[in-house]
This record gives sequence, structure tokens and C-alpha cells, in this order.
Amino acid sequence: MTKPFRELFSHIGRYMILMGRVFAPPEKKRMYYRQTIKEIEFLGINSMGIVAIISVFIGAVITIQTAYNTESPLYPSYLLGLAVRDILLLEFSSTIVALILSGKIGSNIASELGTMRVTEQIDALEIMGVNSASYLIMPKIVAAVFFLPFLTIMSIFIGLFGGWLGGVATGVVSSHDYIYGIQYAFIPYYVTYTLIKAAIFGFIITSVSSYRGYYAYGGALQVGKNSTRAVVESSIIVLIFNYVLTQLLLT
Amino acid sequence: MIKIEHLYKEFQHAEVLKDISVEFQEKKTNMIIGQSGSGKTVLLKCIIGLLDIDQGRILYDDIVFNQLNFKKKKEIRKNIGMVFQGGALFDSETVEQNVKFPLDMFTNMTEDEKHRRVNECLERVNIHNVNSLYPAEISGGMQKRVAIARAIALNPKYLFFDEPISGLDPKTAIRIDRLIGELTKDIETTTIINTHDMNSVMEIGDKVIFLYNGEKWWEGSREEILHSDNPELNDFVFATNLAKTVRDLRKSGHT
Ligand SMILES: Nc1ncnc2c1ncn2[C@@H]1O[C@H](COP(=O)(O)OP(=O)(O)O)[C@@H](O)[C@H]1O
Ligand SMILES: [Mg+2]
Repeated sequence: MTKPFRELFSHIGRYMILMGRVFAPPEKKRMYYRQTIKEIEFLGINSMGIVAIISVFIGAVITIQTAYNTESPLYPSYLLGLAVRDILLLEFSSTIVALILSGKIGSNIASELGTMRVTEQIDALEIMGVNSASYLIMPKIVAAVFFLPFLTIMSIFIGLFGGWLGGVATGVVSSHDYIYGIQYAFIPYYVTYTLIKAAIFGFIITSVSSYRGYYAYGGALQVGKNSTRAVVESSIIVLIFNYVLTQLLLT
Repeated sequence: MIKIEHLYKEFQHAEVLKDISVEFQEKKTNMIIGQSGSGKTVLLKCIIGLLDIDQGRILYDDIVFNQLNFKKKKEIRKNIGMVFQGGALFDSETVEQNVKFPLDMFTNMTEDEKHRRVNECLERVNIHNVNSLYPAEISGGMQKRVAIARAIALNPKYLFFDEPISGLDPKTAIRIDRLIGELTKDIETTTIINTHDMNSVMEIGDKVIFLYNGEKWWEGSREEILHSDNPELNDFVFATNLAKTVRDLRKSGHT
């Protein structure tokens, strides 16, 4: 009973120490800047396609599902637009984007760093006087913290478009009502809320998978196992924090 | 000058290095030999400070290296070039960027100066026209050479190699060995090489240290190694049938 807990706390401790090294002031700022641009391209831009595709379908499915579950003359059909908007804004977009990215970039980061560890590239950086934790991990975290909110906003807009497409195509709502609905009783704070969540998720995904990769050991097999663990763990931590943040920010 | 005094190192209560004291010969090739798992890599990483030691001292010219902070260690590391076992080139950077990396980190040279220095180093290891390729796009032998070019970029006083010829075919291996021997003479580096290959020792070894189960079991010159009566060393040196036959022929006066 105590062993899993001991292990959990030892992981948390090592994670904290790693983050301490990651956020030590950089020595050659120019090189960090270059790395960050690279990561934004790699982690962010390359994820836009998959986020867009998934968001269109999710928007459409939410519209159709909500329509079938609330079939009643008492509900005006524009409420459908409102429901889609709030579901995307409050929960779906930030969480879905985070889960997609856990899978896509989480495994990527963990295997990249893990490979660098077992092939001694991390040692090579250290011997050249580089704080390898900071040089390798900080740009990833910075890139994700900036880019996840952006991807989330993109996902919301595309999801709303998907909702319109699905709703109009199946005839459950008119174009006019839907567009009226998505503007009805809009609460701007929800945007702030979702942006905060997205930024925090970005931090969780990149830092947790970096931790897994940075402390890899052994060979290719271990690196593979570690990147699977990185995906599972960052997804679970994202879901836990989603729950906690909802409690903290919305009540 | 590099000197180790009574070095101990353990991992999770497993003693990997026990009471090691060595003085390496200046401007010569020093070879650390021993079977896989005898502690060669750990020793090398302790000497350059990638691993913390538990007891003892590591001296660079009378400076106690292992007690320095990160910044002061960095000052000494400017003088260290290291070639890791697999080369450890950065996968995501080109050959040119790899060799340029230490120049970026340690110097204030202009891009032009750096470019020239990169080419000098690549020429020195006989590498041409691959500046814009990635490590995965060149052969294992070339990767080793590029790694050596990166290690000599800052004109180091000390050069370290961890199993420099492992995974190479015999011909390429000999070329790399000779290159290391030449560089040591030309740049006048104190060179420390880990190997389990007796060919390399006979080719370029000036001083030889034999590690056995994490202890320094024997040290001497390459000539002395053939006439030693240390049984563990003999087991290691004459591991192959060919080597045994040559020794026995010699003993019975056939050569
Ligand atoms: N990070 C580590 N954690 C625990 N044990 C290690 C670690 N690194 C090396 N060892 C152990 O130290 C011993 C010596 O390893 P090493 O120096 O790599 O041997 P060699 O390079 O001579 O083949 C081995 O038994 C190895 O398992
Ligand atoms: Mg080794």
C-alpha cells in the first residue's frame, strides 16, 4: 500500500527538481529563441490539420445529438446553437485539443528526449556547458503554452462551423436560428476560462512527457515504453486538472 | 595534467568503481581497457563530471574539479573534447551545425569565422561535402569522424573517447584509431580512450590501465602488457585463440 505512494511522491519530487532546472535563467538567449520558433512550428503548426478535422466532426455530432435529445416544441431551435457554443467553449475544445496533443506531441517529445538520453546526446550537451534540461524542455513548454490556447480557439470556431454544417444538412436547425443561437447570452468570461485551461494543459502535456523522456534509460525498448506512458499519464493528468480547474474557475 | 585519487562511485548501493588512483600521461594516448561492465564508461563520465563521485578527488592541473560549481566546471570543460560511444551527434541538426555547436556555446566568433573553423575541423578528419546532411544520412564511420571534428572544434587540451571504434568494420576501425593517434600528436592533447579492443591498444596506446570489476587491476605500457603475469589481464589480452597461439609461439622461441 505504501510503495505506490512512495513512488508517486518520488516522481513528483524529481519532476519538481527537473522543472527547477528547466526554468533556470538561460545563458545564450539567442539559441533558446531559435529552439522555441522550431518547437512552435513542430508542436503547433503541424497539429492544426488534425485539430481542424476532429473539430468539424465534433461540432456536427454535438449539434445532431443535442437536437435528438431535446426534441420538444418547448425549446426554441436557436438554443441548439447556444448549446453547441457553450459545450465547445466550456469543455470540449480545450479538452479534446489537449487529448489529441497528448497523443501526438506527448509521445513525440518523450521519444525524442528518450532517444537523446540513451544515445548520450544529452550528455554531449551537458559536456558543452549547456543546461540540457532548460535548452531542450523550456522551448517545448513555452511553445505549447502559447499554442494550445490558439489551437483551442481555432477548434471552437471550426466546431461551430461543423455544428452549423451538421445542423443545416440534417435539417434540425435553420441557418438563421443557429447563427442567432451561437450569439445569444454569450458570456465573455467563458473565453478567458477556456484559454486558461488550454495554457495549463499545454504545460502539463509538454512537461510530463518531457519528464518521461528526459529520465529514460536503457535502450530503444525502454524509450518506446516511456513514450506510451507519457501519453497515458499526460492524458490522465489533463483530465484530473480539467475537473479541478472547472471547480476552481467556474464556481 | 589529469589525476584521479581514491575515486569511489556507487549506484543504488552497487559499488561500480573502487579506490581508483591514476595519473594520466600528458600529451599521450592513455587507454582504459576492461571487459564490458567493468566500469570504463562510468569512470570516464566521472572524470569529465557528467557523474558525481562519492569519494576521492579528480584533479586537472592541481584544480580539484569535482568540487567546483557548474560555472567553474564549464571553464574547465572548454578544454575538454569528448566523443561518445555512438557519436552522440544531434539528430535534428546538420553536420555543420553539430560541429558549430561548441563554437556557438563557448565563443563570440562571427558566423564567417565559425563556418571557416567548422570546415577546418571537418577537413582535419577527412570529411568533405557533407556539411548540410543530417547524421542519419551519413555512414557510421563518418558519424564518428564528425563527432571527432566537433570534439576538436575548440582546440581542446584533453580529448576523451568512449569506445571509439565499437560498431565499425575492422578497416574503418584502424583508420579511426590512427586518426586519434595523429590528433593527439598534432594538437598535443592528453587523450583518454575507453576500449575493449586490443588492436587499438597495440596500435596507439601509450599508457594502459586495466579495470577489473571496478578496480584498477594493472597499469603499464603497451609493451609490458604482453609480458605481464597478471592472470586476469592475460585472460583479457589473450582472449582470442589467435592471440593465444601467437603468445605460445613466442614463448617457445619461434619468433
Ligand atoms: N546509471 C546507472 N545506474 C546504475 N548502474 C549503472 C549505471 N551506469 C552504469 N551502471 C553499472 O555500472 C557498471 C559499469 O558500467 P559501464 O561503466 O557502462 O561499463 P563499461 O563501459 O566498462 O562496459 C555496470 O554494471 C552497469 O550496470
Ligand atoms: Mg562502456
